[in-house]
Amino acid sequence: MSRYIEDQPDADGVDRRGFLKCMAWAGTGVVWTLGSTGFTSRALGEVAPARKAFTFVQISDSHIGFDKPANQDVVGTLEECVRRINALPQRPAFVMHTGDHVHLSAPDEFDTVKQILGTIRTDRVFHVPGEHDVFVDQGRRYRRFFGRGSHGDGYYSFDVAGVHFLALANVQASEAETQGPANGLGRLGHEQLAFIRRDLAHLSADTPVVVFGHVPLLAVYPQWGWATADSAAALRHLRRFSSVTALNGHIHQVISKTEGRIAMHTAASTAYPLHPPGDVAPEPLVVPAGELPSRIGIRTVEFRRGHSSLALVDESLSS
Amino acid sequence: MFYAPPDVPVAAHVRTVTVTITNFTFRPARVVVHRGDRIVWTNQDSDPHTIFSRAAHWSSPALDTGKSFTRVARRRGTFHYFCTIHPFMHGTVVVR
Repeated sequence: MSRYIEDQPDADGVDRRGFLKCMAWAGTGVVWTLGSTGFTSRALGEVAPARKAFTFVQISDSHIGFDKPANQDVVGTLEECVRRINALPQRPAFVMHTGDHVHLSAPDEFDTVKQILGTIRTDRVFHVPGEHDVFVDQGRRYRRFFGRGSHGDGYYSFDVAGVHFLALANVQASEAETQGPANGLGRLGHEQLAFIRRDLAHLSADTPVVVFGHVPLLAVYPQWGWATADSAAALRHLRRFSSVTALNGHIHQVISKTEGRIAMHTAASTAYPLHPPGDVAPEPLVVPAGELPSRIGIRTVEFRRGHSSLALVDESLSS
Repeated sequence: MFYAPPDVPVAAHVRTVTVTITNFTFRPARVVVHRGDRIVWTNQDSDPHTIFSRAAHWSSPALDTGKSFTRVARRRGTFHYFCTIHPFMHGTVVVR
């Protein structure tokens, strides 16, 4: 089996081939509902009806400052995503932005995205850094805006209603750890791996764990840097848990992959899609006029009380 | 504006060597220049890129589409550089 998910969208934007492969990798626990007007997916670990304990929302890759043909109004599409979050039937416990808040790490870009995210009706907005957030100054500006309370390059953990959340920073390699030219992969580094080990050590194996990070934790397409170089060390610490879900960004498209008990779901962007893995280059994909809303959007995740797994709904802006 | 510091003897014919960034690739990926030559990288992609080499002390800002970055080859040696936004993009400058 190839090391990445081949993704060949049909004319309607629905990736049936990638979808079938995802099914094969994910096993029987995943149900995807394909909408006629773009992506809509549901990953259901438990289908038994139960009261929702809480929900949270993941958004990603807003690239405020981007102004190319793929989307010349990234502020407008992020605002539309926020409008949809605020219209959800259940107020989310929190919102996580999984990186690339901005495009060129400029101060006004950070300021804009902070103001827009500040209009979300939720208890808290969390963040992890993307490479576009940190490449100018090793992340100093990012941490000033969004890194309060985090360690190192911006990693931390928190708990909500018995679910443990790890927020990882996997876009920066420390100089000491980079031997020779960078290989382009995400990297956690020794310090963060030690944090993960300590952080998980006290948890019982039936604690549901959700891991956030910008670059995919499981390899999607390493040739483009769509993988995390030292994720195996992190996965060793996660293997004993019965439910582990990695929610990532970076690749601007919904792809799922499972290794053992660890299920990864990458998220759509709030701004524009990228080319599918291996197709041309990891650059913005310009889609026909009118199709953009079906390729960007938000993700809602539901935790049901009494069940250790979660339900995941990707909703495009055309839904 | 380009200038040659006093300790670098300017060759009789200072050349300008251009490297184009297109499709997430530095082209040509390896260039050979002489001391005093200048190297100009121009980004033709829709995504921003950077040029970074710790050894050569090159650290460009984010180059948006159409933007360029110029450096003078000051020291002999082989210098590897990469894009800090897309670190799988590599290039080499050999200075003779």
